[in-house]
Amino acid sequence: MYSERFQKSIAAVEAAREKNIALEPQRMTAQQKEDLLATFHPDYKKDEFAVLKIGANKGDKVPTELAEMLQAHSRITADSVDLSNPDYETDVLIIGGGGAGASAAIEANETGADVMIVTKLRIGDANTMMAEGGIQAADKPNDSPAIHFVDAFGGGHFAAKKELLSKLVCDAPEAIQWLSNLGVEFDKDADGTMVTTHGGGTSRKRMHAAKDYSGAEIMRTLRDEVFNRQIPVVDFTAAIELIMDENGNAAGAVLMNMETKELLVAKAKTVIIATGGAGRMHYQGFPTSNHYGATADGLVLGYRVGAKLLYAETLQYHPTGVAYPEQIFGALVTEKVRSLGAKLVNVNGDVFMHPLETRDVAAASIIRECSERGTGVDTGDGQGVWLDTPMIEKIGGEGTIMKRIPAMWRMFDKYGIDIRKEPILVYPTLHYQNGGLDITPDCMTTNVENLFVAGEAVGGIHGRNRLMGNSLLDIIVFGRSAGQNAAAKAKNVTVGELTLKHIEKFENEIAEAGIDTDKVSPKLLPDYTNKR
Amino acid sequence: MEKMVNIFLFGKKYEVPENLTIMTAMEYAGYQLVRGCGCRNGFCGACATIYRIKGDKELKACLACQTKVEDNMYIATLPFFPLVKQVYDIEKVPVNETVMMQLYPEIYSCIGCNACTKSCTQDLNVMQYIAYAQRGDFEKCAEESFDCVMCGVCSSRCPAGISHPQVAMLARRINGKYLAPGCGHLEDRVKEIKNGDFNELIEALMQKPIEEMKELYNTREIEK
Ligand SMILES: Cc1cc2nc3c(=O)[nH]c(=O)nc-3n(C[C@H](O)[C@H](O)[C@H](O)COP(=O)(O)OP(=O)(O)OC[C@H]3O[C@@H](n4cnc5c(N)ncnc54)[C@H](O)[C@@H]3O)c2cc1C
Ligand code: SF4
Ligand code: SF4
Ligand code: FES
Repeated sequence: MYSERFQKSIAAVEAAREKNIALEPQRMTAQQKEDLLATFHPDYKKDEFAVLKIGANKGDKVPTELAEMLQAHSRITADSVDLSNPDYETDVLIIGGGGAGASAAIEANETGADVMIVTKLRIGDANTMMAEGGIQAADKPNDSPAIHFVDAFGGGHFAAKKELLSKLVCDAPEAIQWLSNLGVEFDKDADGTMVTTHGGGTSRKRMHAAKDYSGAEIMRTLRDEVFNRQIPVVDFTAAIELIMDENGNAAGAVLMNMETKELLVAKAKTVIIATGGAGRMHYQGFPTSNHYGATADGLVLGYRVGAKLLYAETLQYHPTGVAYPEQIFGALVTEKVRSLGAKLVNVNGDVFMHPLETRDVAAASIIRECSERGTGVDTGDGQGVWLDTPMIEKIGGEGTIMKRIPAMWRMFDKYGIDIRKEPILVYPTLHYQNGGLDITPDCMTTNVENLFVAGEAVGGIHGRNRLMGNSLLDIIVFGRSAGQNAAAKAKNVTVGELTLKHIEKFENEIAEAGIDTDKVSPKLLPDYTNKR
Repeated sequence: MEKMVNIFLFGKKYEVPENLTIMTAMEYAGYQLVRGCGCRNGFCGACATIYRIKGDKELKACLACQTKVEDNMYIATLPFFPLVKQVYDIEKVPVNETVMMQLYPEIYSCIGCNACTKSCTQDLNVMQYIAYAQRGDFEKCAEESFDCVMCGVCSSRCPAGISHPQVAMLARRINGKYLAPGCGHLEDRVKEIKNGDFNELIEALMQKPIEEMKELYNTREIEK
């Protein structure tokens, strides 16, 4: 139930509902999209970015908050840790217990390698757990990996590394099959046909889902399998610095117990960074849909040992974050709500864009309504536009919402809003790190030997924007591949003497570049204490 | 001025704005959370919490990230509960109730008290899904337990010592792997790809100059 302040606008939305359902809004032309993005998308706000003064990406622009972390001091000095007596020794060390890390662990274990996971919170306290919408794969007869490629390449503004993208789309059906064989319950018809829908920017219906708990269903299944294989998982333990060997190859990590702050040393033949995204960096002050530990740590760890970043300046602002009520401000309203037919409507009840434009275009379009056009809805704490959820029941029949997006219904129901009958208020939220560490198709970084990366910490698979459903896909495809390749590589690695010399080298660069900072990194967790 | 309420975190009193969740209220009070906070949005089950409103008989359970504070709320978080997770090989499990008898025999000691259902933070019919598991009706157990976030609250209340979320996890995996209908178009596509059927098409795309890719993208046909 909305308070009085919203009623007039809701009445307008209701009055226009039938007409709006029938309406097929025009899609924007390429030129219109470009202009819109340049004026309203946060990635284009020049004063929110800083130029890196040191490291492999010296001269490149990244968000100010990220630059601060990339050019901060290490949390330790080389002499504060004893490398001669490692607490853990393993073939493959996986940093991060989300979907990418778990997939890598399962596959590395499958080859017979020794593997362990260290993770900052618990395994599964991760962005993967939160994905609602689904996972793409071109497995229907009217679809093909080639069509998937074109959709993703265009959606990413023609900037993806083609060799990574082709791997993504070609290995997609097998990824679904792998998950299915592990017991993931995809939505299917009685004859086994996958129930698939559109997502923003797709030209075929190839979004597979497990209701709107797609990520949770995948994550809990992978976690169960990791436990069944008895792969060691060290939880509440963050990697805070990579360890190199004398030959300049990655060879482990310094770990910190998040509760006791005790430092530990893990020595490994190969290392996989699977630390996920950066929503909790709150770039440009945006709220976020991400889990508590999404603080770009992997990028910092890699950057300090010389690894290269790709597209770190591009972030994804999900067009439909919750704008109201305040308790769930920034939480995600899955894109599936639009796939199922709900349209975006402004304060006057007018549809202002096609519901299935790509995310960056949709986000910019909403920001335009709420700024230049002045047709946003005042929520009391900010602005938003309506997402007219009752349309779903009208289009798909009564019961569609409970069947297809029960988690969404539940989230709003807690605050007395029944999305079957009332529309909801949305505004863009910081959602996904498009950029990350630069890798080759075998998942190793382009310039640090034995350092692998998988999942949201990778840059380049999608280009400068990512389509819904391609990230869950990439963590499975590249997670598995990283596990296999890191395990294979480990067979032929002899680790030289361990060193943390890179810390001093990096400190010198900071000093030489005249960077004056009291910050330390990686960030590990945001600080929300004593404030709202 | 926003309205304030009194809450008691582990017995100690704090005054916090009434529109906060239990989780944000703890932070408002000065706690830097490490344990008991994962997704912050109702998916991961990290933030299981029990509370009692002063004067109420009933002890309630909830997810701290999903629940608003109330005046005179006595709060204790339950960031860890020792669930039993049995190890098994999904490739080799029997697809009938014997698997439950082997791995989770304690489910047959359920006394039907319904404490699990009453405490479930997701309002699931937990006792019912355990009953389905007892009977080896994994499809129904999977359906009934699907929204479980594995927070462990139900297990903390169970006199029979059952680890409900782990039982349900096993049922869902068996259902997903063995009982759900197979998918022909998926198998076909995997074969076609292994067979190299799309190699030429993809190779051609990889070679195309950007301008041609743009043309291809902007004029592509979109399924209704
Ligand atoms: C709300 C939401 C909805 C989404 N919906 C979809 C969708 O429908 N479809 C889709 O394809 N994608 C979706 N995404 C994106 C997708 O879920 C993520 O990009 C993907 O799951 C990331 O997986 P990951 O394994 O790389 O990272 P994560 O799953 O985030 O795992 C990273 C792990 O590393 C840990 N970690 C971080 N730093 C350290 C450190 N220093 N040391 C040790 N451990 C560390 C983290 O705590 C975490 O457990 C969604 C994302 C969100 C947030
Ligand atoms: S069934 Fe148990 S573990 Fe699952 S959500 Fe309910 S209380 Fe939590
Ligand atoms: S709490 Fe335990 S004993 Fe009681 S109904 Fe639930 S499963 Fe049975
Ligand atoms: S923090 Fe994940 S459910 Fe509350």
